[in-house]
Amino acid sequence: MSTEPAAQAVVAATAPTGPGGRAGDEGASIWRVAARRLRRNPGAILGAVIVLAFVLVALLAPVIAPYGPQELPGRAEIRPTFIPGPSPEHLLGLDRYGGDLFSKLVWGARASLVIGVLSTMLGLLGGALVGLLAGAFGGWVDTATMRLVDLMLSVPSLLLAVSIAAVIGQSPTAVVIAIGVVQVPIFARLLRGTMLAQRGQDYVLAARSLGLSRRTVTMSHVLPNSLGPVIVQATLMLATAVIEAAALSFLGLGGGSPTTAEWGRMLTAAQNELEVAPRLAMWPGALIAITALGFTLFGEALREALDPKTRKR
Amino acid sequence: MVRLILQRLALLVPTLLGLSVLLFLWVRALPGGPATALLGERATPEAVERINSLYGFDKPLLEQYLTWIGQLLQGNFGTSTRTQVPVLEEFLDRFPATIELTLLALVFAVGIGIPLGYVAARHQGKALDHTTVVASLLGVTVPVFFLAFLLKFLFAVQLGWFPSAGRQSPSMVATHPTGFYVLDGLLTGEWDAAWDALLHLVLPAIALGSIPLAIIARITRASVIEVQSADYVRTARAKGLRPPRLRRRVVIRNAMLPVATTIGLQVGLLLSGAVLTETVFAFNGIGSFLAAAVFNLDYAVLQGFILFIAVVYALVNLAVDVSYGLIDPRMRVR
Repeated sequence: MSTEPAAQAVVAATAPTGPGGRAGDEGASIWRVAARRLRRNPGAILGAVIVLAFVLVALLAPVIAPYGPQELPGRAEIRPTFIPGPSPEHLLGLDRYGGDLFSKLVWGARASLVIGVLSTMLGLLGGALVGLLAGAFGGWVDTATMRLVDLMLSVPSLLLAVSIAAVIGQSPTAVVIAIGVVQVPIFARLLRGTMLAQRGQDYVLAARSLGLSRRTVTMSHVLPNSLGPVIVQATLMLATAVIEAAALSFLGLGGGSPTTAEWGRMLTAAQNELEVAPRLAMWPGALIAITALGFTLFGEALREALDPKTRKR
Repeated sequence: MVRLILQRLALLVPTLLGLSVLLFLWVRALPGGPATALLGERATPEAVERINSLYGFDKPLLEQYLTWIGQLLQGNFGTSTRTQVPVLEEFLDRFPATIELTLLALVFAVGIGIPLGYVAARHQGKALDHTTVVASLLGVTVPVFFLAFLLKFLFAVQLGWFPSAGRQSPSMVATHPTGFYVLDGLLTGEWDAAWDALLHLVLPAIALGSIPLAIIARITRASVIEVQSADYVRTARAKGLRPPRLRRRVVIRNAMLPVATTIGLQVGLLLSGAVLTETVFAFNGIGSFLAAAVFNLDYAVLQGFILFIAVVYALVNLAVDVSYGLIDPRMRVR
């Protein structure tokens, strides 16, 4: 603690520009510049607002939703040829089983968030492990893991996810694992690529020549500098995960009953009511698209903001 | 060129071998083994044992694998547990439907995507450009099956312009020598049958083609913008090449390289999307067949399908690499 003011004084004394601001800019400059650029980008702001709203609704579902995810408050009002539409009691009307559509959409946001975040974390961790292994060791370990990655990428991702989920069994867990596993090769290749690119950089050479061990250099120098593209990819992956989760549920791989409050599942159920109540399909479909749009907008803006090539403007 | 093709075909062999090992282990890694998975709730110990000896699951793994590969090489992909028909036969019956669908989707995506991206790039920064960028972003984020829904609801259910399901109207009497319904109609001169089949393809193809369309438009736009400001374009202009000729011979040709790669990559997306689109439109192709196989844990079908897709995918990407040579003379030298 006692050395800090002294060090700052030295910096302040030696810095050609004025004291204060410059010293702070040094450390987090990439992120600080990125944050500034994000604030100026309307697409980024729209994306952030959508993502934030989505996360808030998901977290506050019990507060926002008037009914529980499995409740069927309007069961008595359903007729084979008639499903009551919007009313004061049921903002967006009822579904075929007498569930409150608004409540189910809110709970569906929670389901999507949980599946999206868990699967992307799984993919990220798995990919980081594989990519780190390949990038750090090089040689035959690298060749072997990358061949495996190529192999997984040789099958279209949704098909891979479908087959994995089919084998594990029809449940939300299966969906999370399937989508996560499909992301592993994508993250692995990305992380390996960025780490290889970093390895040749001057600062790595400098750290090595200062006598730092390979592990220290990798963990505390190369890895933090490789993070930017990975964070961008993870944001974009969340969009894909929300869509793919809905697709797997749509195909019936998410398990649960037809009354489950999950957007993809709600779309499947709505398929039979297209002529009676098209809104049952429109709402969940639109929400999937908007959520995916939010993550995509924010991810793309983040990529642009972190890209040193476009930064000098 | 021939050497390139042969090299790439040779590379396909280890990929497929690796994939076959993964697929083989995948089914064997199931909790309770493949017999339990096949039998589901009917899995009594006796039944499991019977299935194990019937399919050879009790033999050593290596022996099982070699037997399986041997069968694959002879074109024996096993029998669908759901329909009791050989997997290969099921595929060959349905593949023409999916080819028709994906081809039309691709024509739709390329036919609109490339001109749209090009025009947007020419008017960079103007309203048309912004609209294209936003639309292409939306195109990527709207789920295929939801778009399929919307199209079906609007154009089939509400307006009645197009049929909502199937490959051909049930009332249509038509002969099918090739299995490609549109082609069949044209070959046999049954024009109404061809027209009917084409109408059935329109909505699914638009739904399926939407994401590739968005991606192709985006890549084309970015690529044209980059090429437009390249040094060689400036040089060509300075040499007095007239703008129409410059655009045709220099800009478009150079800008198409990344677009060709992208189109190749879309085939995977189309085949995945076919599973969803075909399900919504009750279109009897391999996509809806796979969706049904997923429900019934029809492993032979799942395995066969994935190997099949991987081969198609690899061959398409090979075709893309070959097309480089046609687009870009520099690539021919090697």
